[in-house]
Amino acid sequence: MNENFDYTLVDKVLADHDCKQSSIIAILQDVQEHYHYLPREIFSYIAEKLDTSVATIYSVATFYENFSLEPKGKYVIKVCDGTACHVRKGIPVLERLRSELGLSDNKVTTDDLMFTVETVSCLGACGLAPAMTVNDKVLPAMTPDKASAVIREIKEAEKDA
Amino acid sequence: MLKNREDLIELRQAYEASIKLQTRKILVCAGTGCVAGGSLDIHDELIRLIEEKGIKCSVELEKDPHDETIGVKKSGCHGFCEMGPLVRIEPEGILYTKVKLSDCRDIVNQTIVEGKVVDRLVYKVEGKPYIRQEDIPFYAKQHRVVLEHCGHIDATSILEYIAIGGYEAFEKALFEMEPCDIVNEVEESALRGRGGGGFPTGRKWRQVLNQKEPVHYVVCNGDEGDPGAFMDRSIMEGDPHRMLEGMMIAGIATGSHEGYIYVRAEYPMAVSRLENAIKQAREIGLLGKNILDSGFDFDFHINKGAGAFVCGEGSALTASIEGKRGMPRVKPPRTVEKGLFEKPTVLNNVETYANVPKIIIKGAKWYKSIGPESSPGTKAFALTGNIQNTGLIEVPMGTTLREIIFDIGGGMKSDKPFKAVQIGGPSGGCLITPNLDLPLDFDSLKKVGAMIGSGGLVVMDESTCMVEVARFFMNFTQNESCGKCVPCREGTKRMLEILERIVAGNGKEGDVELLLDLADTISSTALCGLGKTAAMPVVSTIKSFRDEYDAHIIDKKCPAGQCKKLITYVIDPELCKGCSKCARNCPVEAISGEIKSPFTIDTSKCIKCGACLENCNFGAVKEV
Repeated sequence: MNENFDYTLVDKVLADHDCKQSSIIAILQDVQEHYHYLPREIFSYIAEKLDTSVATIYSVATFYENFSLEPKGKYVIKVCDGTACHVRKGIPVLERLRSELGLSDNKVTTDDLMFTVETVSCLGACGLAPAMTVNDKVLPAMTPDKASAVIREIKEAEKDA
Repeated sequence: MLKNREDLIELRQAYEASIKLQTRKILVCAGTGCVAGGSLDIHDELIRLIEEKGIKCSVELEKDPHDETIGVKKSGCHGFCEMGPLVRIEPEGILYTKVKLSDCRDIVNQTIVEGKVVDRLVYKVEGKPYIRQEDIPFYAKQHRVVLEHCGHIDATSILEYIAIGGYEAFEKALFEMEPCDIVNEVEESALRGRGGGGFPTGRKWRQVLNQKEPVHYVVCNGDEGDPGAFMDRSIMEGDPHRMLEGMMIAGIATGSHEGYIYVRAEYPMAVSRLENAIKQAREIGLLGKNILDSGFDFDFHINKGAGAFVCGEGSALTASIEGKRGMPRVKPPRTVEKGLFEKPTVLNNVETYANVPKIIIKGAKWYKSIGPESSPGTKAFALTGNIQNTGLIEVPMGTTLREIIFDIGGGMKSDKPFKAVQIGGPSGGCLITPNLDLPLDFDSLKKVGAMIGSGGLVVMDESTCMVEVARFFMNFTQNESCGKCVPCREGTKRMLEILERIVAGNGKEGDVELLLDLADTISSTALCGLGKTAAMPVVSTIKSFRDEYDAHIIDKKCPAGQCKKLITYVIDPELCKGCSKCARNCPVEAISGEIKSPFTIDTSKCIKCGACLENCNFGAVKEV
């Protein structure tokens, strides 16, 4: 347990789920919703509270794609790479976002922690292909130029804020 | 709070009367597609404008209304996502398409006040307007059973569901039927699992009912992970109570008192609609202890997935609900014997459960009258890709691909001809022109090496490279392989490597044979359904498009012109004006020439970035 880490939120999440081992996934989801990633400090803490091993928690956290052990940007952009978006040319949208933000397959978050760009396997919004989401808001019928405009808008809004 | 059966009947009658007094209804589509198009703002704007006119409108059903009102509702997905946001007006049945916020005033002034149609919002094909939703070709050939309420009722109101006969099947099962009667009826209906496998639902239920272990569970698989499929999402969002009702009936039939719903995290709206529906059912007394004084207890849990496709597999899904890594296990024992928490478990998908209430009310005989004898009923399909009318459809089993793609789907989106349709996602295969008249049902698809899967249909035209499609699916499966068994973990990786080198122009002779050999090994030795079917898209594209593989491997050409590494850029000297714009934009100085005479590309320097093509004002740069 790390003395410098504030475990108030984790305690609340654990209480919400009655400290049940079978709720590990839901507990990690709630923690991630708050921090946008899973801070390392929580693993041994949760393991102790759930009376299980750190390895168990860690194994679950690393198995599921939605959990991140790295901090994410303020704006998480997910480009859909489902079949429908793929055949309606979703990849050029992804490429444009990455080139504008200096990101790649291996580097998904900008250094200022403003943007994270990743792909997602089918949002089920196939009628709107190609689709992407910005912090879970679905943007339909994307093009590389529209993607650039989205980035520009966010940057301007951030500048004014 | 409903205390007994009479209370429920009374409540139903009261709200039936209430809904009848809504002589006019405005249904704004609140499915994921239309919401992304701004339909929620349209909903609010319509209410504001109607109230501004001094007309009474009701968002929620009232208990004892005296006057006629206008009901303004957020409905589930209408299915015609291509044309969204959609607004349906009853009683006329008018469907307004591509509605914008600025159209709301005209809808209120002209249609609501004066009863006229706003022509510009009506759907048209080649200039011919289709005012009524039911007349639009996209809808005319459909047969909606499971989706009958989607787009026609408020998706967020239990009262509305009850008013149109909801929970009547549950009531019947609870008070008039014994568990074995229910199982008999479902078995008699020959309903088969809509998740892809097509296992008889009734037989599954009977196996669980017969287990000696006292605790049983009902689990719903809402982990619709197939890329290109969104049928289950639309049911969970558009008619959540129907699915819950199906699961509650399964609970009575198999002696279970807890239902678990596993929904993938990519569907936040489905999760919130289900949470809302469960909360409403608890408050009204349809969930909990001693429901309607019948002695039957039942309640639900929702588990959100965390992004693992393999959790669509039964034993992986139950492991995930238990809070473990979602990895399949060796079977037997099967889920019906040892499923969730090691107890006998009924596991069906969303669409399967949504069929149940109707079967209980209308009977097995009625259900069997739809579709072919061996796989009766209807099937919802998500129609996507290069097609005119993308969206959600429901047709009787046995409908042909031609009817689906050309009559309902309106044909191809581009002027390029139809090439193939991928069915069943990463576990399925592709169907080509000679298969167009094939009836779509479980058995006839199996014969041609494809499967219905969960029901995603991705239509592709001549501009789609089938080798690239195979690579795409293999990349997907490889990413999603859980890593437990060697054939899937290593085999899919090797297959992906081969496919990647083929699309990059480095394919070797014998690669196709090697792919088929690996495919054979993986499908016969992998542990679970994901692995066993992982090679299906590759095998099926090789079978139908062997010439395309050979073109990539031997001629180093991509006939569809999609594989970037195999494209050569050339300048047409007839069209080139010698402006030098391409040369100035080329990042590697591969283009040279003299002003006002045709330029040329040095293919040995070209990195195939396409900058010249994008920048040419005269269309002189060509891909060959």
